[in-house]
Amino acid sequence: MRILKPLWLLLLLAVALVFPLLFPNPTVTTMMIFALLFAAIATGWNIISGYTGYVALGHTAFFGIGAYALALMCQDWHIPGGYEPFYLIPVAGLVVLPISAFFGWIALRVRRHTFIVITIAMFFVVQLLAYNLRFITNGSTGLSLPLPTDWSGDFYNIPFYYVTLLLLLISLAVSWWIRNSKFGLGLLAIRDDEDRAMGLGVRTNASKLAAFIISAVIVGMAGAIWAYFVESIYPASTFDPNFDVAMALMAFLGGLGTLSGPVLGALIVELAQQYFTIQYGQNGYYLIVYGALFLIVIIFMPRGIIPTARDLWRKYRVARSQQVIEVNLATTPAASKGASTDTEKKEGINL
Amino acid sequence: MSLLAAQGICKAFGGIRALDTCSISVEEGSITGLIGPNGSGKTTMFNVITGYERSDSGQVMFQGQNITNASPAKIFRLGIGRTFQLTRIFPRMTVMENMHVAVQRNDLKGLLSRWSMSHEQQRALELLDFVGLAKLKDDLAGTLSFGQKKLLEFACILIAEPKVILLDEPAGGVNPTMVNYLAERIRTLNQRGITFLVVEHNMEFVMSLCSKVMVMHRGTRIAEGTPAEVRSNPAVLEAYLGD
Repeated sequence: MRILKPLWLLLLLAVALVFPLLFPNPTVTTMMIFALLFAAIATGWNIISGYTGYVALGHTAFFGIGAYALALMCQDWHIPGGYEPFYLIPVAGLVVLPISAFFGWIALRVRRHTFIVITIAMFFVVQLLAYNLRFITNGSTGLSLPLPTDWSGDFYNIPFYYVTLLLLLISLAVSWWIRNSKFGLGLLAIRDDEDRAMGLGVRTNASKLAAFIISAVIVGMAGAIWAYFVESIYPASTFDPNFDVAMALMAFLGGLGTLSGPVLGALIVELAQQYFTIQYGQNGYYLIVYGALFLIVIIFMPRGIIPTARDLWRKYRVARSQQVIEVNLATTPAASKGASTDTEKKEGINL
Repeated sequence: MSLLAAQGICKAFGGIRALDTCSISVEEGSITGLIGPNGSGKTTMFNVITGYERSDSGQVMFQGQNITNASPAKIFRLGIGRTFQLTRIFPRMTVMENMHVAVQRNDLKGLLSRWSMSHEQQRALELLDFVGLAKLKDDLAGTLSFGQKKLLEFACILIAEPKVILLDEPAGGVNPTMVNYLAERIRTLNQRGITFLVVEHNMEFVMSLCSKVMVMHRGTRIAEGTPAEVRSNPAVLEAYLGD
């Protein structure tokens, strides 16, 4: 098992790398780009909301700020279409950083439900600003990004695919690193009992803010990629409250606070949504599917797919190992006697 | 001079005076008991000492240093560990992860280092073994029994090597075998130099364990002395049986 796991991951990575070569159809690659983009977003969102339990429903604000940051940089610095805008994606992340620090500093003063409400309010403040700061955002007319005219229709999606995949891999690496760091341990402690964590010396305020900023920057960079991919951005499409719900739903579906959960959730939800949109047009059937999915998750696996599956697998293995022991008991009575006294000794004191 | 002393502490919640110029002191190397009827202010006193609650007046001294109304984190860092009446562990983390929360690193090291170094892992295992939880190290803490949670909370504190440990009803709701086990662990640690202040309703536990007992009633200390002295003190009997 130990050797199998990395092998599986390498295999998955290999599949992800050759995917656009195997399925060059632009419709398919577009679907995958959106799926990977949301996987990165959900992974980023999970760093604050999954690890610390602070459910943020305003991260679309950072998504939109990242998108507008890239659009404005391209516009003001006259960046031509091509590979250059990709280099500016980290810069868009840097633009999000101080803004998210400011918002996080305010929102993280409160907890639980109040925190959720404050983040929603912040999202709408930013959305209103996008509509009304016309001299920057051009109001509801929106902004256009440079068009990579050299790229043919067949090739167009390929650079976006790999850049999105790279962002997903980076955010997964960051998430994995945090989960295994002392900092991450503190975040989990905050999720379970914040005051107690503080009492044991965890720097709760600094940790929460750091997690908030890291997740916002990842979501902001995803927004920048998205903006370049869709070419023109408007307040209505960029600051879409559905995004807020979507990233939360994806993480919940896959498993909040797990590493792979948000990715799995994003792949399922986003691919399903794209499929429905292509099959039935823009009439919003997918919203019904959203609702149905949410209900199924809440009823049958409230902790999400990954934790539920992990539990089932563990139970299966325990059940199997017990069967093996029973078989051994039946065949070798002498050995079984030894085993039972051994367990008694190990039991120590009964609690 | 005593290791830990609270002098003239007052604390009111609205009109209720939970602590009324109450003073207690704990000698270094002792196991001191703090008893009293329900609502006499024992837990409030713990909260004030460990910074979870601000006192209205009075001061708390630890090793000659004034720690009145310092933050819980600072007080914990200085070497005062505590457990809670209703145990507070981190239920969705494993037993092993729980053990490491109290081990902190400075500045960016927390961000850049793994949650558990090998020597910390070793130390945590030793302590889990000490309280008899070593083989449950990979279980989620929330799945432990009530008694096991108490032991885990106890072990979590020990890893930070506190000088004094405040135990809030360690024997409450725990079966008798476990109570004896816990008492024996406390004695062992005490021999290794850790001072204890214990709030407990189980009189047998207190009387057998503590060298000195203080009695609180209506927010102030009404008696102190050896367990035998306290037991025969008429004021104590009245506090428990009177009204």
